[in-house]
Amino acid sequence: MKPSRFDSTILTLCFAFLYIPIIILVVYSFNASKLVTVWGGFSLEWYKVMWSNQGLMDAAWVTARVGVLSATLGTILGTMAALTLVRFPRFPGRMAFTGMIYAPLVMPEVITGLSLLLLFVAINIDRGFWTVTIAHTTFTMCYVAIIVQSRLLTFDRSLEEAALDLGCPPVKTFFKITLPLILPAIVSGWMLAFTLSLDDLVIASFTTGPGATTLPIKIYSQVRLGVTPEINAICTILIGLVTIGVIAASISSKRSELRRIRHEHEALRGPI
Amino acid sequence: MAETGASSQTNPMRWLVVATPYLWLLLFFVAPFLIIVKISLSDTAIAMPPYTPNFTGFAALGEFLSELDFDNYQFLTEDPLYINAYLSSLRIAAISTLLLLLIGYPMALAMARAPTTIRPTLMMMVILPFWTSFLIRVYAWIGILKPEGLLTLLLQTIGLMGPDQQVQIYRTDTAVFIGIVYSYLPFMVLPLYAALEKMDGTLLEAASDLGCPPWKAFWKITFPLSMPGVIAGALICFIPITGEFVIPDLLGGAQTLMIGKTLWTEFFGNRDWPLASAVAVLLLLALIVPIVIFQKQQQKVG
Repeated sequence: MKPSRFDSTILTLCFAFLYIPIIILVVYSFNASKLVTVWGGFSLEWYKVMWSNQGLMDAAWVTARVGVLSATLGTILGTMAALTLVRFPRFPGRMAFTGMIYAPLVMPEVITGLSLLLLFVAINIDRGFWTVTIAHTTFTMCYVAIIVQSRLLTFDRSLEEAALDLGCPPVKTFFKITLPLILPAIVSGWMLAFTLSLDDLVIASFTTGPGATTLPIKIYSQVRLGVTPEINAICTILIGLVTIGVIAASISSKRSELRRIRHEHEALRGPI
Repeated sequence: MAETGASSQTNPMRWLVVATPYLWLLLFFVAPFLIIVKISLSDTAIAMPPYTPNFTGFAALGEFLSELDFDNYQFLTEDPLYINAYLSSLRIAAISTLLLLLIGYPMALAMARAPTTIRPTLMMMVILPFWTSFLIRVYAWIGILKPEGLLTLLLQTIGLMGPDQQVQIYRTDTAVFIGIVYSYLPFMVLPLYAALEKMDGTLLEAASDLGCPPWKAFWKITFPLSMPGVIAGALICFIPITGEFVIPDLLGGAQTLMIGKTLWTEFFGNRDWPLASAVAVLLLLALIVPIVIFQKQQQKVG
């Protein structure tokens, strides 16, 4: 079906609305002038300023570590949760479990942040790197669970059953058959978890402590003082990283999907 | 991961898979709520942590219970500031959700009607801004909406505004609405698109063959069939918007009242942890019905 004129107009307007602010932000990070409205020529000045801002660089390093660690923990826990949701239809407290997976997805961040902080104070953990990591793991695992769950639901179980029938132990079947098949979903889950952790301002602000200032906290405190091209520069780098990551992931998942389909076909056809 | 048959009942791996995320969520998601309720009933103290811990073991349980009181809640109901903040949050969230539906629905419909070959690209283009930081996207609007910002410059250049006039949007409720619609649009479009894309096109063909005009076919067939997407999208947006902090803080003005911002101020500004906890508990109570509907709906889909 050819898109109608009405549809094309709507799509153009909506995508313009979504992208123009980001494009402006990126363009002005290369602005030689400090004023937002004045174009003073192309310059990498603000990238140099940003690079020499030690506070910003420290925050970026903390954020990267929290992101990798919490995304990895969140992916492991989220995958387990997805398996629980799809493969174990009956166990005591299942209703409560599904509730605990879905609630954090829509819970206002101020509530999650404040409640976790109060827990950390109550059990007397020093706030800092680890408390932010735990907090991020807790909300990102739910997103991973949803992504992996949707893959598990559309999953052909005959390969697994075949392995089990041939006497492969369940744990080995999982690692040899199930895991490779759901791997693309796990990878995109990890990436989503990582970017969510990279993004989070509110929960990190509540759960952080001395020496664990994350990049969003740092950016937020600078933004409150006013718009500076230096912030545009760091934002541009973040946008660039995320864009490259998302495009690379989508290409690699498309490739592995094709490879998987080919392998399944070959397996079904069997030796000639 | 075999779960059928008696052998798997004794499989310790099975219990590990279920118990690990379960215990994690109990400890880091459920327990914090119990603590927040408890602290909201405690008294404020000028100390670190700034509240009187009212719990010293089971022996002192009776004493502990007698020390809990509803002072914070009473304070919240007596001061109109808080009630207004709750009402204003719900109002802003409701209006924003409506705006999101009005913009998101035509967009999702146009995507679902696009040729199948370009649909994945369109999907990707909706998702991509969602991966870039919330904070960055809100920040981008400050530069546009400021009185001496790009919107003023644009309007002055095309002559809609005199050289000495400026756009007065930044730090108003209008800016908050723009920021919310901008940030949450992908969350609205994706569930709508998922519902519309699944739709059977032959239904519309049948309707048109039988002489039903397109707009009537839309209201009689397309819209009712997309209701699950509408509900999911509306809830995914409405619930977090009610507790939103970043957008009203960065784009809103002094008169923009939102409960997320009130909670933040009580906690970080006034350091009143028990009152902040009471604000959080009441916010949660206000949202419990939409959250439960959301969960019921997601379980049906899952």
